[in-house]
Amino acid sequence: MTGYFHSVTLEEGKCRGCTNCIKHCPTEAIRVRNGKATIIKERCIDCGECIRVCPYHAKKAVTDPFTMMSEYCFKVALPAPSLYGQFGQDFSRERILQGLLELGFDWVFEVARAAEIVSDATRQILKSGNVKKPVISSACPAVVRLIQVRFPNLINNLLKLESPMEVAARIAKHTISKEKNIPADKIGVFFISPCAAKVTSVKAPYEKKESFVNGVFSMKDIHIKLLEKMKSIPQDYENGLVSSGAYGVGWAVSGGESNALEIPKSLAVHGIHNVIDIFEEIVEDRLKEVDFVEALSCTEGCLGGPLTVVNPFVARTILKWQIKKAKNKDFSQENVAEDYQDLLWTKDMEYKPILKLDDNMMKAMIKMQKLEEINDGLPGLDCGACGSPSCRSLAEDIVRGLAFETDCIFKLREKVSDLADHMKAFEHIYKPKIEDRNIPAREEEDK
Amino acid sequence: MSSIIKKEYDIPANDFSLAGEASSSVRKLLTQLGVNPTIIKRTSIAMYEAELNAVIHGNGGKALVEIFEDKIEILIYDEGPGIEDIELAMQEGYSTAPDYIREMGFGAGMGLSNIKKNSDKFVLESEPNKGTKVYITLYLY
Repeated sequence: MTGYFHSVTLEEGKCRGCTNCIKHCPTEAIRVRNGKATIIKERCIDCGECIRVCPYHAKKAVTDPFTMMSEYCFKVALPAPSLYGQFGQDFSRERILQGLLELGFDWVFEVARAAEIVSDATRQILKSGNVKKPVISSACPAVVRLIQVRFPNLINNLLKLESPMEVAARIAKHTISKEKNIPADKIGVFFISPCAAKVTSVKAPYEKKESFVNGVFSMKDIHIKLLEKMKSIPQDYENGLVSSGAYGVGWAVSGGESNALEIPKSLAVHGIHNVIDIFEEIVEDRLKEVDFVEALSCTEGCLGGPLTVVNPFVARTILKWQIKKAKNKDFSQENVAEDYQDLLWTKDMEYKPILKLDDNMMKAMIKMQKLEEINDGLPGLDCGACGSPSCRSLAEDIVRGLAFETDCIFKLREKVSDLADHMKAFEHIYKPKIEDRNIPAREEEDK
Repeated sequence: MSSIIKKEYDIPANDFSLAGEASSSVRKLLTQLGVNPTIIKRTSIAMYEAELNAVIHGNGGKALVEIFEDKIEILIYDEGPGIEDIELAMQEGYSTAPDYIREMGFGAGMGLSNIKKNSDKFVLESEPNKGTKVYITLYLY
């Protein structure tokens, strides 16, 4: 993969150049230039905050089209646990999974089940003691990217285990190719995703060369279709597709992953800006006595993903019911990781120092000096009218050569007012004196 | 040689929620300069501890940060009660923090030794009733 792939993209026609997205982006990755938003690719972590706040729906997550399914002989759906929170209490997991089959998938493998395997692997790793505490979960790809660009010191705290989605895809492919004797490249494995970051993590993985997932469908796109199919499935329908326990289903909501670890000293944080606050505490050694940090970019965890349908707080209530139901027939203890080594990342992550002003530190210092100077002269309102998210970031853009001081409306007004003063002064200097006028010359002018 | 970048921060008294603001901004600044992440981490830990001391013991104060071509110099000073026995204060586990602060998880008596551990040069100047000055230096290379 060369360059940067991002699921989060802008539909230029819909963008009105307002300042909502630039103000909410946690990595200051958006600028409004020439009346349209532009995403700085190096900085974007695909968290989807901008999708949520854009009043004109100009930001969207690129996912795969359903037609992609026809490219494969055997199609497997991998529903994210958050899917179980998208329908009311009339819709059991059995019913949802059966609905997926009726949508054209040949098999369903619950990502929740893989989540339980990942939880078991995590327990083993934490027990081994061979970790840097606090261990930070890598389940949320937006959080992993955040660490990569903003918190290099925390890269070694990351739990370098494959995500439940990847584990599910791998098991599904392996099982089908063995049982049905179908070559792996004819098996299409499709993740049903609550978020954009997962799409990016499939198209451009940071932890290995290539993902096992063939395509990612948006939960939003599948929701109505699935609802239609489920209508004809009886409420108490039973099939053998449910294979995950309460712990796995619980992964959809913030706190679910730590809960599955059964350790007392864990912390669960959700909402990207809250995650940043906690990471700052870790970097400064302020967060003591915590062994495990579960950090999810969206409010309420994956249930709050930008591609979900139901309000995350409502979805949490539904999910609680699903968890309670899962406890009656719990598979949680059965889904174990026999060899966690097998689930470790095969590629190490490198720090991407996107924030630095210059590769040469001395030059960066001079730019910083200039930046501070410019920043002192700006109004400090952080209005965003210039197209940069704050006065300080405008100062940064100016020293990077990407903006001008007069992009600031207040600076421009100052300049215009200065100019007007100059013009007045000139008027005074060159005021023609009537008595000195050379009348014939004026006549000439009139011609 | 004079510093290239000079920043001053106010450290408020008795407000834990704001302690760490100065060290946080310094961390952002150093990140933008492309300073080695390990040095950034050490700087922010040392500075945060000193900042916290000024909050807890010193009735607030100021932080002065100067960045030179090859080093970072931080001065954190307060006009609080000062330290009677510096040697004793430097001992790990020694603390004069009141109970309510300990209950909040602070005041474990590790602050000064933590600053020492994370800085290349560390000077503590203090006299009873004359406040405290903490000088921290870290080399960039």
